[in-house]
Amino acid sequence: MTQNQYPLWRYLLVLAISVLGALYALPNLYGFDPAVQVSARRAAPVDAAFEKNLADALNKAGISPKSSELSDNRLLIRFKDDAARAAGMTALQAAIDAKQYLVALNLAPATPAWLRAMGGKPMYMGLDLRGGVHFLMQVDVDEVRKQTEERFITELRGAFREKKIRFRAVSHAPSGGVDVTFLNAEAKAAGVDLIGKDFPDLLLTDGGDVADFPIRLAPKPAFVSEARKTAIKQNLTTLRNRINEFGVAEPVIQQQGDSRIVVQLPGVEDTAEAKKLIGATATLEFRMVDEAGDLKAAAEGKVPAGSKLFQRRTGEPILLKRRVMLTGDSIVDASSGVEQQNGEPAVFITLDGKGARSFARSTREEIGHPMAVVFIEQVEGRRVEEVINVATIRDELGKRFQITGLDSGDEARDLALLLRAGALAAPMEIIEERTVGPSLGQANIDRGFMSCVVGFIAVCIYMLVYYRMFGLIANIGLALNVVLLIALLSLLQATLTLPGIAGILLTVGMAVDANVLINERIREEMRRGMTPQASIHAGYERAFATILDSNVTSLIAAVVLFSFGSGPVKGFAVSLSLGILTSMFTAVTCTRAMVNLMFGRRRLKSLSV
Amino acid sequence: MLQWKTPNYDFMQWRRLGLWLSSAINIAAIVSLFTIGLNFSIEFTGGTVVELAYKEPAKLEEIRQTLSKSDFHGGVVQNFGSPENVLLRLPPSEAATGAEAASKDIGLRLNKLLPEAEVRRVEFVGPQVGEELAEDGLIASLIAMVGILIYVMLRFTFKFAVGAIVATVHDVLVIMGFFSLSQLEFDLTALAAVLAIMGYSLNDTIVIFDRIRENFRSMRVAEPVKVMNTSLNQTLSRTINTHVVTMLTVLSLYFLGGALIHSFATAFIIGIVVGTYSSIYVASASVLALGATRQDLLPIQKEGADVDGRP
Repeated sequence: MTQNQYPLWRYLLVLAISVLGALYALPNLYGFDPAVQVSARRAAPVDAAFEKNLADALNKAGISPKSSELSDNRLLIRFKDDAARAAGMTALQAAIDAKQYLVALNLAPATPAWLRAMGGKPMYMGLDLRGGVHFLMQVDVDEVRKQTEERFITELRGAFREKKIRFRAVSHAPSGGVDVTFLNAEAKAAGVDLIGKDFPDLLLTDGGDVADFPIRLAPKPAFVSEARKTAIKQNLTTLRNRINEFGVAEPVIQQQGDSRIVVQLPGVEDTAEAKKLIGATATLEFRMVDEAGDLKAAAEGKVPAGSKLFQRRTGEPILLKRRVMLTGDSIVDASSGVEQQNGEPAVFITLDGKGARSFARSTREEIGHPMAVVFIEQVEGRRVEEVINVATIRDELGKRFQITGLDSGDEARDLALLLRAGALAAPMEIIEERTVGPSLGQANIDRGFMSCVVGFIAVCIYMLVYYRMFGLIANIGLALNVVLLIALLSLLQATLTLPGIAGILLTVGMAVDANVLINERIREEMRRGMTPQASIHAGYERAFATILDSNVTSLIAAVVLFSFGSGPVKGFAVSLSLGILTSMFTAVTCTRAMVNLMFGRRRLKSLSV
Repeated sequence: MLQWKTPNYDFMQWRRLGLWLSSAINIAAIVSLFTIGLNFSIEFTGGTVVELAYKEPAKLEEIRQTLSKSDFHGGVVQNFGSPENVLLRLPPSEAATGAEAASKDIGLRLNKLLPEAEVRRVEFVGPQVGEELAEDGLIASLIAMVGILIYVMLRFTFKFAVGAIVATVHDVLVIMGFFSLSQLEFDLTALAAVLAIMGYSLNDTIVIFDRIRENFRSMRVAEPVKVMNTSLNQTLSRTINTHVVTMLTVLSLYFLGGALIHSFATAFIIGIVVGTYSSIYVASASVLALGATRQDLLPIQKEGADVDGRP
């Protein structure tokens, strides 16, 4: 009788997959080391000498780290526990120049080197397990549209003036778009002509030959969506820069959907600080003071054309020219410090080449006139503009200069950080926030692990009692399923969450279904009077179609769940769908291999099923 | 060695009663969903949840009083999982908008108000996110159903697909109805459980359908009712064993997995019980009511020939 035998290669394949699975699941047993990660902000060296310096600093503080590793400009120092790390962090921060280096807390996998060399990594734990902050932010796309229109308005006015086209007004249309009115029909014809030639991104709607000769312009949808994409991309870059400044190991900063950004900061507990940094929109603008303008008239609403009314920090009004001399975009570096003459907090600014040239040119023309620094911030969705400083230009301003007028050293420091990291292209609002403290994370891991162990053992006992030998075989298959699933999750670095752990346990329950189906079928065939060998064969063959059908429906539900779910639920869908796939292999092929090995060559009178 | 005998219960004689019972339960569920509604978690409604941990059993009344004097009034304070843990639920209006939340950190403010408590978790969801989630969840459920319908139609016939879908809708309604009547919190994990149950309870239906198909082919002259009964009896011990085993894992999640996955485990426990019932009295009975016959299953000649040709 040869029906219950596999060819040798099949046994070997099953064995090889099991061994590989065990190997790649192994890193999870080693857990994580609390660690500190040091990396260079800019070109600062991270080398053996630097490593030695830090080791000495730690020694002096009486802390001995577990190990330290140097890899691609990053130094990872492991500690034996959280207390040692906290002490180490303090010592390191004292020893390191914060302007040159970033120091961040991290959890480093304690995987042995030989496993790491093979690509072995533990599962990537979600925020609900490791603790941290998750933000979902909505980018204000309407603001992007407004900014685009604002730019077109400026350009259109300039172009009309240059071509001497006599227009009455160029302004925002109340329902979106730009309204242009002309003095006469000729001017309108010329204007339409110009727009057709020079503004291919605008769609024109003729308002008819009525008084004012109006036309309405709207940026083409493709242009608007391009502007939106650019704005979101810039927001992503800015956020990345800011979070780097903050010093978080392994942050996640991603676009989600059309106009949303997800930020995840593992291990961060100080949410207030993180939020301030992420949401902050502060930037600077430099404008000339309108010296000729009548401040009293302006306060009553008669603001001269080309000027705009602002407020100083002290509350007094001030008239500034509309033209912006320089914006925060041109700033490449900013640092805070103290002004030498009177000890006031100051921000030292360095401009990029283009910004420096144009700033030098425009300030040269204005020597002897006062210039204002406007501090712009989004507060609770409103744009707040304040003049922080007015100073007379003594000389043309170049690549480097300083500004003063800030309230405190802290404000100078924050402003410097924000200027360094760049401005947000569009304001954002936090629409979802999840903060999980580290103790809750650990509790979730423990609970998840405990319920898995208990659930698994309960299932094993039941199977063993009910199906005896075949139950034992099913149990080995189940254990293998868990191992393979963990190996797969580790290799894919899929995010493991608490519902994800529930998913692992559920697949155990579902994988058992396959063995129940097989074993019941074997019993049934025996009852019909088949020989044990024939029953085993028929049991496996006939149950397979059923197993396939039932797994496909579960898989459909799991895949839908994956595509819809976010965060923790996605983790559940991932472990459920992968678990269904691995269970097809372990519950059918692996248990069959074991059954074949055990019973395949023997004459059997009865079966322990 | 155990002596096995295939049981021989006449399941189908109760099918009318089953149909009435299911209809009654479903109508009750629908009425409850429309009148009482679900106790949605903040993931769907928007709002803020804060989990606090104390060193000793928390004095809820004191916390309530402290909070009612602050800007956090209007919130719900309750124990969460254990006497030391407290869950604070603030409705969207009290929790302030995202922009405000960004400028004033809730965790920090609570730290000042309740210095003994450790803030373990803060979740803030804006109202529009919640609305979208509810919408997406509904769409996902529909897509899952359509996907399953198509698959069952391809593998079986249209009548079987209808039976499977009726059973699935039934299960979903019963679970939601339970959440509505008990006013247990319906959160995102509960929704995930409902979707997973769709797949799981269908497992059962399909195992039975598979057997019905097989028996329609092998029991050449049998009455449809007899074929159904035979199939249900043949799969009975599998049905029981599988559900006991899955129930063991879900119970372990319920009792040991912590309060965060309580609604998930609850939804699953109900799903398993209802799913078992519905694959017999809803799925199979519907197929019977739709008048499935042997002829329906014959077109797939090749497989039929295969089964018959077996030694």
